[in-house]
Amino acid sequence: MATVTLPVEEKKKSNEQEALITGAEAIAIACKLANVDVVTAYPIRPYDTVMQYISQLVADGEMDCEYIVAEGEHSQFEIVKHASVCGARVFCGSSGVGWMYAMEALTVTPALRVPLVCMVGNRALDDPGAFGVEHNDALAVRDLGWMLTWVDSAQEALDTALIAYRVAEDRRMFVPLAISCDGAFLTHSQALVKIPAAEQVKKFLPRYDRGDLLLHPDNVISVAPQVNEDWVMEIRRQNYAVTEIACDVIREVYADFERTFGRKYGNPFFEEYMTEDAEVVLLGMGTLSTPVKVAIRKLRAEGKKVGFVRLRWFRPFAGPELAKCLERFKAVGVIDRDFSFGSPNLSGVVATEVRSAMYTGSSTRPPVIGFIGGLGGREVTVPDVEAMTDVVFQAAKGKAQPLTQWIGLRG
Amino acid sequence: MGQLFAVEVIYRGVFQKTLAKNITRGIVLAAHNEGKLGISFGRYGDSPERNGIPAKSFAIVAHDEQTLEAGMAQYEPKQVDLTVVLDDTLCKGAESWAWYGLQPAHHALKPGHTLLVVSLEDAPSLLKNIHRREEPYKLGILKGVTSFSGMWVYKDDHTDVRVLGAIAKAVPELFSLAAVEKFILEKLKNSLKVTSAHTAFERFATVEVKAGEGNPEKLFAFGKPRWEDMRGGVSIKGQPQGGPYADPVSGKVGGFRPARNELFKKYSTRTMRPVVNFSTCTKCTLCWLNCPDASFDVTPDGTYDANLQACCGCGICEEVCPVKNCISMVNESEFHDNDSQWARFREDEDAYLKWLETTIAKAEPIEKRSHGFRYRGQYQEQVPEALEIAKKG
Repeated sequence: MATVTLPVEEKKKSNEQEALITGAEAIAIACKLANVDVVTAYPIRPYDTVMQYISQLVADGEMDCEYIVAEGEHSQFEIVKHASVCGARVFCGSSGVGWMYAMEALTVTPALRVPLVCMVGNRALDDPGAFGVEHNDALAVRDLGWMLTWVDSAQEALDTALIAYRVAEDRRMFVPLAISCDGAFLTHSQALVKIPAAEQVKKFLPRYDRGDLLLHPDNVISVAPQVNEDWVMEIRRQNYAVTEIACDVIREVYADFERTFGRKYGNPFFEEYMTEDAEVVLLGMGTLSTPVKVAIRKLRAEGKKVGFVRLRWFRPFAGPELAKCLERFKAVGVIDRDFSFGSPNLSGVVATEVRSAMYTGSSTRPPVIGFIGGLGGREVTVPDVEAMTDVVFQAAKGKAQPLTQWIGLRG
Repeated sequence: MGQLFAVEVIYRGVFQKTLAKNITRGIVLAAHNEGKLGISFGRYGDSPERNGIPAKSFAIVAHDEQTLEAGMAQYEPKQVDLTVVLDDTLCKGAESWAWYGLQPAHHALKPGHTLLVVSLEDAPSLLKNIHRREEPYKLGILKGVTSFSGMWVYKDDHTDVRVLGAIAKAVPELFSLAAVEKFILEKLKNSLKVTSAHTAFERFATVEVKAGEGNPEKLFAFGKPRWEDMRGGVSIKGQPQGGPYADPVSGKVGGFRPARNELFKKYSTRTMRPVVNFSTCTKCTLCWLNCPDASFDVTPDGTYDANLQACCGCGICEEVCPVKNCISMVNESEFHDNDSQWARFREDEDAYLKWLETTIAKAEPIEKRSHGFRYRGQYQEQVPEALEIAKKG
């Protein structure tokens, strides 16, 4: 199902192989291609698929790395943090409450400038215990200096994992990066994926060089001391400096990815689908792109000019660029697979961020209607998308609409 | 805006933390008895739970809320009407755990105002340690031993109310003795304490300290880097290893002196320092091995010299040294520099040994030391002594 979103303008590489694999498996293969040194694991569904695939690769002798099964997520993320400071390329990941259990380790990683790459298999936060996708897990670190990206196909998962190492390990960046894959829809469904050759990846991905931040007997440093109010602001400002240049670095890396592998993603920050002549657009992250695109084609056949903007990078948030894009439309509907209880307009996280970006970045400020749907892995259906589109068209006509609406809810 | 009063109390963590708090609370509550408003707080950047670390508490008082708020709108008062020093070894200044550099005891004292020191020493002796300043001020001594009053294992020795009585005399516009009396009777419910406050009020006197009078030592300070110049990743460059160094007399190079932190010195952390007899040292290494702060330099002749940048005065070296009187802990107020003892020994051995003899004669026996709580009932024995001193005034 996910292959429909694949970029089409790709050059066929003779040494590329094709395989039918899940999004989680695609990321495991990217780890092999990136020659990751240290992997830590602790099972939680749906992330655990990726740890299973990596352990399989190690067991089969295809991948050479330290594979450490920790006793919990907190240790899992602490171990890779330390390994990374010692110069190892690292990978780990988690889901839902497992990610939250690692929270203390997650908060310290950006300040220590650790280019940890991990996969979040998005999952609803307990309670109630649930396996299905919700984005609140990964979004919990959105203010802490992490980079956050959402992918919607196994191919994009593999490519983004390679891009992630280049971006995170760029000397100007050195901050952790989480690739979010929607539980079930992406982590557990197999699609045809083109796997690049190892030598090409080697060309694209230089060795991780930590320079003078390397913790090593030949470079004696002390990391993470206790400080008082005389030092904290300067340290935070250093992380802020990363966010100032993050979009530029990401643009550079995508351009180099395209040169190396021939696969083209266009604007790295968001994908536009049928927006050229659109009057209104929907916006969302992750695999809900599939039903949305199907619905849009149906609506277009009925003469309704609707398009879709799929946000790939949530952190950094390409605010000015996105605002310039969205100001072209008469109304915008943001579909959040998350919630932000008590937020302005009681919207989801993405809608709130989009409104904030538009307030300063757009000259027209079209109405932004927030939709909350697909929680806990519930399907966002084609009729759901049609219903949302109707609401957005009403808003475009100047008819006031509730700023936040729940979609696909019984009641 | 009305008049704003601020009082700073410099004390040693953790022993005097409660005492300092009781004093600043007492200031606010006594002033409140006369209709003023106030707040009392400890400097948050300090680490007052650490053994012996210099720390500060403050009281801010005003006649009206807006003035009080103006006083609260800063991390700590920049100018104070009175400074209390609860341990006279802090006359050497306070370098808190919080990397503020060494602050002189009168760091924030307004010109002409009073520095109140609890001590058995006299003014000339204290002024050997208190740094010079350009503006004159007053020095008042409240006779007394370094008090741990308020710490749970120590009995109350009335230092809190004696300080309040003295403040009533030094800054009468802050609060009167009657206000202190009311505070004691209502909140502390102890009429004996009223007597102590009265006695302190009557006896408290100050001497004028002229501009430029005092310890000429240059204060240890350091600049703070801009964010662009700081290392990334919350990392600090490690210390280089250190290495051998030269005998100041013979020029012989040898031994080992570890490189030490440029930004944090332990000068004011100490209440005692080890004094080493290099002529009886057997080079057994025990002091060097057991020192928790790696403060001993191995001298080119193989003896061990306590480096006073790094020594926090814990006394473990003295306890493990197998040679009688080879290492003796002596009250820090006896010293006015941080120079190498071994260098002085090498320059003139006879003079050093003579100095050593008179200096270690002043060392209190272990069981008497104020900062060593050695046996049950020790404090009870010390109370009559303290009372005797208080009576003499």
